[in-house]
Amino acid sequence: MTTTTADVAPRYNDDVVRLFTIAAVFWGVVGFAVGLLIALQLAFPALNFEPYLNFGRLRPLHTSAVIFAFGGNALFATSYYVVQRTCRVRLWSDGLSLFTFWGYNFFIVIAALGYVLGVTQGKEYAEPEWYADLWLTVVWVAYLLVFMATLIKRKEPHIYVANWFYLAFIITVAVLHLGNGVAIPVSFTEAKSYPVPSGVQSAMIQWWYGHNAVGFFLTAGFLGMMYYFVPKQCGRPVYSYRLSILHFWSLIFIYIWAGPHHLHYTSLPDWAQTLGMTFSIILWMPSWGGMINGMMTLSGAWDKLRTDPVLRFMIISVAFYGMSTFEGPMMSIKAVNSLSHYTDWTIGHVHSGALGWVGFISFGALYYLVPRLWGRDRLYSLKLVNLHLWVATIGIVLYICAMWVSGIMQGLMWKSYDSMGFLDYSFVETVSEMHIYYVIRAMGGVLYLSGALIMVYNFIKTIKGDVRRSEYPEMTSIQKGAEALA
Amino acid sequence: MSDHKKEIDHVTGVETTGHEWDGLKELNNPLPRWWVWVWVVTIIWAVGYWVVYPAWPTLSGHTKGTFGWTQYKELEASQAEIFARQSQYLDKFQAASYDQISGDPELYAFAQAGGRALFKNNCALCHGSGAEGSKGYPNLNDDDWLWGGTLADIEHTIRYGIRSSHDEARVSQMPSFGKDAMLEKEEIEKVVDYVLSLSSDEGSAAYAEGAEIFANNCASCHGEDAKGGRDFGAPNLSDAIWLYGGEHEDVYQSVFNAHAGVMPNWEGKLDDNSIRQLTLYVHSLGGGEGVGSAVVEEVSQEEPVLESSPDASEPSQDSVVKETSIDASAEPSVEGVPVATEAATDEPADK
Repeated sequence: MTTTTADVAPRYNDDVVRLFTIAAVFWGVVGFAVGLLIALQLAFPALNFEPYLNFGRLRPLHTSAVIFAFGGNALFATSYYVVQRTCRVRLWSDGLSLFTFWGYNFFIVIAALGYVLGVTQGKEYAEPEWYADLWLTVVWVAYLLVFMATLIKRKEPHIYVANWFYLAFIITVAVLHLGNGVAIPVSFTEAKSYPVPSGVQSAMIQWWYGHNAVGFFLTAGFLGMMYYFVPKQCGRPVYSYRLSILHFWSLIFIYIWAGPHHLHYTSLPDWAQTLGMTFSIILWMPSWGGMINGMMTLSGAWDKLRTDPVLRFMIISVAFYGMSTFEGPMMSIKAVNSLSHYTDWTIGHVHSGALGWVGFISFGALYYLVPRLWGRDRLYSLKLVNLHLWVATIGIVLYICAMWVSGIMQGLMWKSYDSMGFLDYSFVETVSEMHIYYVIRAMGGVLYLSGALIMVYNFIKTIKGDVRRSEYPEMTSIQKGAEALA
Repeated sequence: MSDHKKEIDHVTGVETTGHEWDGLKELNNPLPRWWVWVWVVTIIWAVGYWVVYPAWPTLSGHTKGTFGWTQYKELEASQAEIFARQSQYLDKFQAASYDQISGDPELYAFAQAGGRALFKNNCALCHGSGAEGSKGYPNLNDDDWLWGGTLADIEHTIRYGIRSSHDEARVSQMPSFGKDAMLEKEEIEKVVDYVLSLSSDEGSAAYAEGAEIFANNCASCHGEDAKGGRDFGAPNLSDAIWLYGGEHEDVYQSVFNAHAGVMPNWEGKLDDNSIRQLTLYVHSLGGGEGVGSAVVEEVSQEEPVLESSPDASEPSQDSVVKETSIDASAEPSVEGVPVATEAATDEPADK
């Protein structure tokens, strides 16, 4: 069942997977570091350096770096790795897949440069201007071609569930990107453009995009990752084939409807708000189908959690997935939303999904991939993996608890009237109350970033062929040296 | 590897689907019962919600729902609840004079509550959350008024502003003595030394030349004794309160360039009741002059309202207003940069 990379290396294109893996780790560290900086900027506004490094410009840099650069490169790496192995064929085109690497990362660089220079469409998670959008379209079509053609020439009769999710992610993100990116440049020599739809239509399209970026980029794509690496790491079959079919189709059909819950109590018509909210509730169980399949795949192998920190990453990740896919539908209920919307609660919700689910499943997959991609028998140190796990987990808990408290407090203060009918608090009073929670949140960020740096160190040592002697006392230095040469 | 052979998983005893990819297999477990039922319940709940709330678009509009709910009705209802809380006082407040309000603990408390909320959301941007002011923005807690500290004075300032675009705005302009070459630099140095000596312990005796320059150029507005003049919003220069800073360099700049801070007029932005509530609130902060400032703390205890109030009588010697700045109306006259431009609503002033 475990085929080492050495056996199959000629058969599969792992060069491009290695490139994407390195890029994912690199951008992860960048994205977490910028996240920490902007968290500190909120706590200590003096850290805004005008104009290039102020909060307004760095915030999209952070979100794009973690979602599209870290998450995106991790999805490319794992999807290329998984599709080759589960179809038993090499990627359809080496050249085109290499193009997707350079093209995608070039997109990230021009988008990020734009943010820092003040170039933005001003649409959340879709900030890149028209020229970067067009370039991304080219790259994405190439990605779709490579992935689809590889699937088509597969040597397995069936398509593995992970590939369903990867394909849904690639196709839907293409549709979302095209739908939300329709804009007219002021001129072809200028960065500025204006979206074709205006007003509430524009808002609705933006959140149709924004919510499904979460649904298909951060959920479907990473579920694909989960469906390969969790069963691989624990050596057990996927829990339920029937559940995977049902939750796959229900997830992708229902997610698409949920966008309007980002626009509750706005000029969006009531009926659209209702549909967004009710479909968000119906989406709860389809989302949890993935959690059940991930968790229950461990049936008969739970004991491995005691010894395998990589598997621990994956399972904590699935737990965070379950938590945030419950919290999301709950927050979409209007009564809850009227308190939570526009507050830090939303930020906490996003980060329990992003740090817990997306981050941890990616770390788990990366820990699985790195030794295999570089032909090593083992990671440099499992103890460091464990340290990363706990440092990062504590970081997440600090982060989301701080944001829950801060967000709910903020919402309550905004709504508070005295007995004579006057607002109890001004806006700035709510801001100053949040200071301490912003500091705690930043501490969570320090921990999360530290964990990632521990991972980087572990990877560098692993790739060099080192093993941590104290953890493998049975290995002689000669064996170690031989392994390093291998 | 896909041998299509179903087999029994020896750990769980469950049959597999017979597919295999890269060593990965799938069990053929049924859907968890609870999962199916919870899903069904959410769907039933959603359908019920569609029946009672606006939900599906139709050719001619959309389904309205049996509750007849719209978000605008919900907004109206929650606003009505807040207005109801205000309205038990509002009619009475509207009809009452400042004297009457000050004499009625309940009405006075109402004015304070409203004024505080209004202040925090409209005035605090420049004057600070505690009305403590900052460079260029007068402190409203002391009794050092530029344009007067009675209820009527304060209301006028709030209503029409200072150097605002309103016709009734309080307006004055200190000359830019240096920039417009009305005084030589050395003369400015001397008059600044003299002015600074007025609030120092050493006394002004040593600055005869400066005193003469002052008498010829400044006294017409700031007074022979430099205690200021409210007709021109001219600050008292003999105390230690400085709107634009009390260092030699600050005062030099004030004389050389002159300041002309702007406070916006709130008439047209706030309604009459709000302006009157704000007036009473600002008046109560510590330096209110004349009647009306009494009560304050005692309000809720229903104590009789005294018209005298602690500060009421004291600061009313108008001319004694201290130097620079202060209050709502402030407008220090020194140097030329209009500091607080119309910003009260949108930009927090830079200092």
